[in-house]
Amino acid sequence: MTSNPKFSAIQLICALTMWGLLPCQAQAYTIFVSSEKDNTITVIDSEKLQVTNKIKVGRRPRGILVTHDGKYLLICASDDNRIDVMDTKTLKVVRSLKSGPDPELFVLHPSGNPLYIANENDNQVTVLDIEKNIVVAEVPVGVEPEGMGVSPDGSVMVNTSETTNMAHFIDTKTHKLVDSVLVDSRPRFAEFSSDGRMLWVSAELGGTVSVIDTETRKIVKKIEFKVPGLPKETIQPVGVRLTRDGSRAFVALGPANRVAVVNTDTLEVEKYLLVGQRVWQLAFTPDEKLLITTNGNSNDVSVIDVEGLKVVKSINVGRAPWGVAVGP
Amino acid sequence: MSGTATIDFRLGFAGYITCFSGIARREFLRFLNQRERFFAALVRPLVWLFIFAAGFRSILGVSIIPPYETYVLYEVYVVPGLAVMIQLFNGMQSSLSMVYDREVGSMRVLLTSPFPRWFLLLSKLAAGVTVSLLQVYVFLAIAHFWGVEIPVGGYVAALPALVLTGLMLGSIGLFLSSLIRQLENFASVMNFVIFPMFFASSALYPLWRVRESSEVLYLICLANPFTHSVELVRHALYGSFEPISLGVVASVAIAFFVLAVTAYDPARGLMPRRGGPPGEPT
Repeated sequence: MTSNPKFSAIQLICALTMWGLLPCQAQAYTIFVSSEKDNTITVIDSEKLQVTNKIKVGRRPRGILVTHDGKYLLICASDDNRIDVMDTKTLKVVRSLKSGPDPELFVLHPSGNPLYIANENDNQVTVLDIEKNIVVAEVPVGVEPEGMGVSPDGSVMVNTSETTNMAHFIDTKTHKLVDSVLVDSRPRFAEFSSDGRMLWVSAELGGTVSVIDTETRKIVKKIEFKVPGLPKETIQPVGVRLTRDGSRAFVALGPANRVAVVNTDTLEVEKYLLVGQRVWQLAFTPDEKLLITTNGNSNDVSVIDVEGLKVVKSINVGRAPWGVAVGP
Repeated sequence: MSGTATIDFRLGFAGYITCFSGIARREFLRFLNQRERFFAALVRPLVWLFIFAAGFRSILGVSIIPPYETYVLYEVYVVPGLAVMIQLFNGMQSSLSMVYDREVGSMRVLLTSPFPRWFLLLSKLAAGVTVSLLQVYVFLAIAHFWGVEIPVGGYVAALPALVLTGLMLGSIGLFLSSLIRQLENFASVMNFVIFPMFFASSALYPLWRVRESSEVLYLICLANPFTHSVELVRHALYGSFEPISLGVVASVAIAFFVLAVTAYDPARGLMPRRGGPPGEPT
C-alpha cells in the first residue's frame, strides 16, 4: 500500500493545529464601533484587524447591538431620539425605529424581540416591538437609567439608574418593576451570567462591581479593583462581559485605561490589561477568541486575545468611540 | 604587520582557527574568572527594570509607538534599551581590557603574532560580542519572568540584530581604546561616551517625548547610533524590520572597525604618535 504524501501533510498540519503549535485560523467577523463625536459607525475586519469602512449615522451614536439573526445593527442615535437600523451586509441604514427620548443603551430579548431601551433623560425604559416599530410599554425606573440586561431565559429585564444607584428588576411579561437592589454610586452596566444565576452590575463612581444572586437578589460580593500606581478615583468600572462558560469576567475600568480580568469562581481579579484611554464598552467576537474595547479618549479600540489574556492591537477609529458590537 | 584586510594563506586556515579560539578562550576565561563582572553587568539593567521602570510604569500609556501595536507599560518599552545597554557596557569593558593588556604587556604578545591585525581585532571583537549575547539573553529571561513577555520568535529574530549592535559598540570601544594611553584616561572617556550615548537615545524614552521638550536634543538623539541600535533590536524582538537603523548600525560598525584597525596599525595608526607602549614597532 502506498501512502499519499498530501494527505500526510494535511494530517500533520491538523495535528500541529490541535496541539496548538500552529495558530488556528480564526473566523472573520465584522466589528462595529460607534463614535459619538463623529456620528459614524466604524467597521473593522476581525481577521485583518483593519478599518474597512465608516458610515454616517444619526447624531451621537452610543449603544449598538447586532440582532440575533446577524442581519441588522441597531444604533442608539441619542441626539436624534431614534434608533437607526443598518443592514450588516450592505452597510446602509435601512430604517429608523422609535426609541423614546435620548436612548443610550438597549438590550434585545433572547427571542430577538422586543427591544428594551434606557431613556436617560426621561427616567424610563421603553419596550419596543422592533418588527412593528410599536412602543409596547414604558416602564418608569430610577433617575438617569443606563445599563440594560436581560436574563438568558428572558423572564427578567434589569435596568440600572445612574443617580438612584439601583439595579431595577422588571418582569418582561407584565412590564412591572418587581424589585430593586441598591448598589454603589453611578451604576453603568448590567450583565447576566450565561446560566442566569448571577447579575454583574458595575458602579462607575463607586469603583466596584456588585455580583448579585438573581434568586435571592442579594449582593454576593462587591469586587474592588486596585491597579498599582493608580489613584483609586481613576478606577471607574463601566462595561462588563462574561464568557459563555462562565469562567471569566472582563471589566472595563474607564480612566484607569485597564480591563480587569476576574475569576468568576473566586471573584478575584487575576490580571489587569493595559488598553487605550477611558475604556468604556466591551464586546466578544462570537467565537469568544477576541474581546474588543472602546477607548473614548484615545479614539481607538483595543483588541484582547481572550485565551492568552494579551492586548494584541489598538486600532484608530472615529472620535470618542463608545459602543461596540460584533456581527457575522 | 599589515593592517589591510587580506588573509595570509601561508599561515593556513587551521592557524586562523587556532588564533581565533585562543583569543576567544582568553575572553571567556576572563569572563568566567570574573563572575562579579557577570553579575554586575546584570544588576545594572535589572535595577533600571525593577526600580526605575516601576516609578514610570504608566508613563507610556498614552501613545502607540512602532513596533508596538498597542499600548505598553514603561517596563516593556525599556527592555530593548537595557539589553543594548548591556552590550554598550560590555563593548567598552572589552576594550578596557585592551588598554589593560597593553599596559601590562600581554597585548604586545597578541599584536606581534604573525596574523593580520584586523583579524586579531575582529577575533577580539567577536569574542566580546558572544559574551555580551549571553548576558543579554539571561537578562531577557529574567525580564520574561518579571512580566515582559516578548513573542517567542522575537528572541530568535533579535539574535542577528544583537550581533550587529554588539559589533558596532565593540568597534567603537576598540577605536576608543586605541586613543587611550592609560587605564585611568579610558575610565573618564567611558563617562564621556557611555552616558551621553545612553541618555541621548531612545533607550529610556521614546523620541517623541524628547521632541516635546527640545527639537535640538531630538535631532541629537536621532543622529546617535545607539538610538538605532536600540530601535533595531526593539523591532527585531517584535518581529518587524527597521531598515534605516540596520543601515546606520552596519555603517557605523564598519566605519569604526576600519578606524580601529587603522589606529592599531603601528605604521599608520595613532598609537606610536600618541606614545604607545615601549617596544611597539614603528
